[in-house]
Amino acid sequence: MSGFFQQVVLGLGSGAIYASLALALVLIYRFTDIVNFAQGELAMFSTYIAWQLTAAGVPFWLALPITLAVSFLGGVLIERLVIRPFEGGPELTVVIVTVGLFVFVNALAGLIWSFLVKSVPSPFPDGALDVGGVNISLQTLGTLGVVAAVMGLLFLLFQKTKIGLAMRAVANDPASARLVGIRVGRVLALGWGLSATVGAISGILVAPVLFLDPNLMGGVLVYAFAAATLGGFDSPVGAVVGGLIVGVAETLSGAYVDAIGSDLKIGVPLAIIVVVLLVRPRGLFGHAVVERV
Amino acid sequence: MNKVHTRTVRGLAVAAAGLLAVTTACSQRGEGQGGTAESGPCQGQQTTGITDTSMKLGGIYPLSGPASAYGEIPKGVKAYFDYLNAEKGGLKGRKVEFIVRDDSYSPPKAVEEARRLVEQEQVFALFQTLGTPSTTATWDYTNQQKVPQVFVATGASKWGADKNHPWTIGWQPNYVSEARVYAKYLQEEKPGSTVAVLYQNDDFGKDLLDGFEKAIEGKDVKIIARQSYEVTDPSVQAQMRNLANSKADVFLNITTPKFGSQALAADDAITSWNPLHIVNNVAAAMSVLRPVGLKKVQGKLSSTYYKDPVDPQWADDPEMKLYKEKLAKYAPQADPEDQYHAFGWAVADSFAKAFAQAKCPTREGLRDAVRSMNNVKINMLLPGVTMQTGPDDGFPIESMQMMEFEGERWKRFGDVIDTRKEFGPLT
Amino acid sequence: MKSTSETAERETATEAVPAATARVLPPWARWVLLALAAAAVLYAPFYFAPFRVFQLTLVLVYAVVLLGLNLLVGYSGQISLGHGAFFAVGAYGTAILMRDGDIPYLLTLPIAAAVTFVLGLAFGVPALRLRGLYLALVTLSMAIFLPPLLKRFPELTGGSQGLSVEQPASPAWTGLAEDQWLYYVSLAVAVVAFVLVRNLLRSRAGRALLAVRENEAAAEVMGVRPSFYKTLAFAWSAMLAGVGGAVSTWVIGYVAPDSFTVVLSINLLAGLVIGGLASLSGAVYGAFFVMFVSSVAQDISGAAPGIASGLLIIAVMLIAPTGVAGLVRRLTAAARRRLAKE
Repeated sequence: MSGFFQQVVLGLGSGAIYASLALALVLIYRFTDIVNFAQGELAMFSTYIAWQLTAAGVPFWLALPITLAVSFLGGVLIERLVIRPFEGGPELTVVIVTVGLFVFVNALAGLIWSFLVKSVPSPFPDGALDVGGVNISLQTLGTLGVVAAVMGLLFLLFQKTKIGLAMRAVANDPASARLVGIRVGRVLALGWGLSATVGAISGILVAPVLFLDPNLMGGVLVYAFAAATLGGFDSPVGAVVGGLIVGVAETLSGAYVDAIGSDLKIGVPLAIIVVVLLVRPRGLFGHAVVERV
Repeated sequence: MNKVHTRTVRGLAVAAAGLLAVTTACSQRGEGQGGTAESGPCQGQQTTGITDTSMKLGGIYPLSGPASAYGEIPKGVKAYFDYLNAEKGGLKGRKVEFIVRDDSYSPPKAVEEARRLVEQEQVFALFQTLGTPSTTATWDYTNQQKVPQVFVATGASKWGADKNHPWTIGWQPNYVSEARVYAKYLQEEKPGSTVAVLYQNDDFGKDLLDGFEKAIEGKDVKIIARQSYEVTDPSVQAQMRNLANSKADVFLNITTPKFGSQALAADDAITSWNPLHIVNNVAAAMSVLRPVGLKKVQGKLSSTYYKDPVDPQWADDPEMKLYKEKLAKYAPQADPEDQYHAFGWAVADSFAKAFAQAKCPTREGLRDAVRSMNNVKINMLLPGVTMQTGPDDGFPIESMQMMEFEGERWKRFGDVIDTRKEFGPLT
Repeated sequence: MKSTSETAERETATEAVPAATARVLPPWARWVLLALAAAAVLYAPFYFAPFRVFQLTLVLVYAVVLLGLNLLVGYSGQISLGHGAFFAVGAYGTAILMRDGDIPYLLTLPIAAAVTFVLGLAFGVPALRLRGLYLALVTLSMAIFLPPLLKRFPELTGGSQGLSVEQPASPAWTGLAEDQWLYYVSLAVAVVAFVLVRNLLRSRAGRALLAVRENEAAAEVMGVRPSFYKTLAFAWSAMLAGVGGAVSTWVIGYVAPDSFTVVLSINLLAGLVIGGLASLSGAVYGAFFVMFVSSVAQDISGAAPGIASGLLIIAVMLIAPTGVAGLVRRLTAAARRRLAKE
């Protein structure tokens, strides 16, 4: 039985990884109403910045705030330079632009830092807790804790602040938001900046486990999409719950269902999503959209 | 009808007709597909892409997309040819031009690029296509066109064993041979042992795993657990945990670099399972081990056939010094510690040595030369590892040596194993 | 996504352009232009080197796929990020039939079409319940799941090694080289697909699709059954992707899981948006983009082609936010206004 719980813990560990990036996806979706394909690559790039700093001798706890600040500025800059010209245009166009950004950032990182694997220092100590024969690594606990904290902050931001209100207004209807005096451009830039920051946190959390290379986030992005879709794309709580469900379901089915096996385990979260969405098309925690005829 | 419009339309029509006429006059089709040698013993053989002073080669690698790490190989190749051109007067007096194209590891793209290189660039030969899928997609074409496709960068066994594709030949020890080396070691040193395998679910992982399964058939070694991963997976942790549950005596790690690092780290983290850990050659480079931490990889086993540029034991080796010096000069951006640059350097050296002994400077000459190498020494290969081919033997490098990680480096042990002699020919 | 329909509105407004062109150009001139264009397309394989003909053949293949994808994304407002999967089913189906069966290769096309049509129907029904983003991500999961699934059944699919098939030879009576023959076969398929889609859009079903895309509730009130037409659009679209896949197997002669990764699906959607949504010519522009972006990118930045291709995508969208087709329409409209002023 402890073997089973061990698998669950393992699944929670990978689930936390997926959830961390899913939070960034949800954030930008809430702000701008688009799906950002480049989110993972931006997170990867931020992680390289952190790595570069620590490799140059900057202590981790100083490198971290610098990286987050640089990521925030980078996100704002991308919004201003790349995304702004498309504001008010078709959303599918913006989505394709983020695909272009994905390809570009990935190649740029390869050009600057090469494809050799790098190790990133972990903010958490090595080692593991032993709970009734189940091994829980401190890395997993730390990741879960940080993800929960980020989730809480986002929840407060969305529900309790004026920015959250402005943001919802902009995402719903930019034209009306502008009419009531919201500076739409600033809100969108803020959205990109914040999601890049959350992405950076995600990258720094996962890199010690996955090892850093330009394709750090390629695989994670797919699962993060799954997590956000499952949870409902506009809910931070949903993203985290979705991520954990995906992680655990994938791990357990890979371990215990022979017909699925490790090669097809990715099919399990995908199947869950399809089923959930068919029953609840807005995801587990998503808000239903009332349509005006 | 408006006069202006009539004029426009007439203008357009004339322009289009003119375009058609011009294009008919200078069709790109049916241009001479390169010449043949006019006299001498090589008469009638193809001389496309080669003159007395120049030679054009084309290579296809993934320079973009998830497999981009392999895109470092052509940098090593290019550095070698630039060094030859600048300091050695080229290859038998010919300046080598090496054209690199990107296929993103996508077979249809590889076909397109192969056709571009052969038909438009008119290369003398394809020097390396990377990956089993891309090479399989192109080899029918190259063999129909009678274009040499030499030293392809994939360890599948079919390049050497296939009789219908005489223009294609591999280079590195094939995955099956490597698997046989491990099987032999286990059979001799650990009879009765059980094995857990982690493998990449693609041509590379499958070939090595199949080879290992065949090699232990009827022997006293048994696979009791196997787990695969996709290149697109984020991590192999779950797989490692499943393998740990098997409590096997031996862990065979068939991964590519990033996943290799993950598996090594996971093996260290799982304290309840301490198997004998064999890392396949692809993931045994120092650049894979260092990020994990050298303390955590003590006692791991692997096998090799070339000199790792990071390994201190080769610091004073003349071949290694030459490589590092010239790479710094001709590819200053390239990290000499990257195993792929060293790989590119060695395979380019193999090409130079094969061409040097070609009887004719023709495509046929090259085809025959790469299949008649007798104990040829190649830069950067281990002492005792040489190139050996024959009309029926399309496996240039077939020798490997086992090694164990100790302290700061790999330490080779036992004899260099010539898998050809040891296990008989592959079929 | 609401904006898809916004774009669509804009596109529909300009949909009348062919008619406008007809007003400007006398009928005979249109016929002359059309004939010249047809002559150029027919003559191309005698002009270009085999390598270029091969590329153009693949452009035709992608054009067929994008025609289908356009039917779904452009005309019915459903986003698919998984069309690479239908393409793969068509390609693999053909490869397996050509390897195992003794049937003539041309017969594999209708079989692949039928299989993907049925698959499309099957996916179209659940897709009805999903909107915009959610449908996009569910279809994306289809594209992600397919490669490992293909590897699971090596006896059938050749596993990760893929399947090589003998490429169709040109019949002796034509006197054509192989690449020329494949070009004409693909051209024939593309023309048929083009005519079919055009007629479909002009038919009752096409008008119903447009009505549903513009305002589903209103269309329903007017007696159009949205679910029926949306499902049908999905099936047609999947079928055209499958047809493209079948032809691609003839042209390439090899299928492998690595040929149909999720990147293919994303490239197809990017190509469509770049070519132009809800426009027949957009599929052709998009096909050129899908085919040539990587080689152009390589010529610009050889060491890291991704840098150039990423920037290219962004640049094209910047210049032509409604796709190349939209840009062409704007330019011809502007040219027409200038001519009228003269």
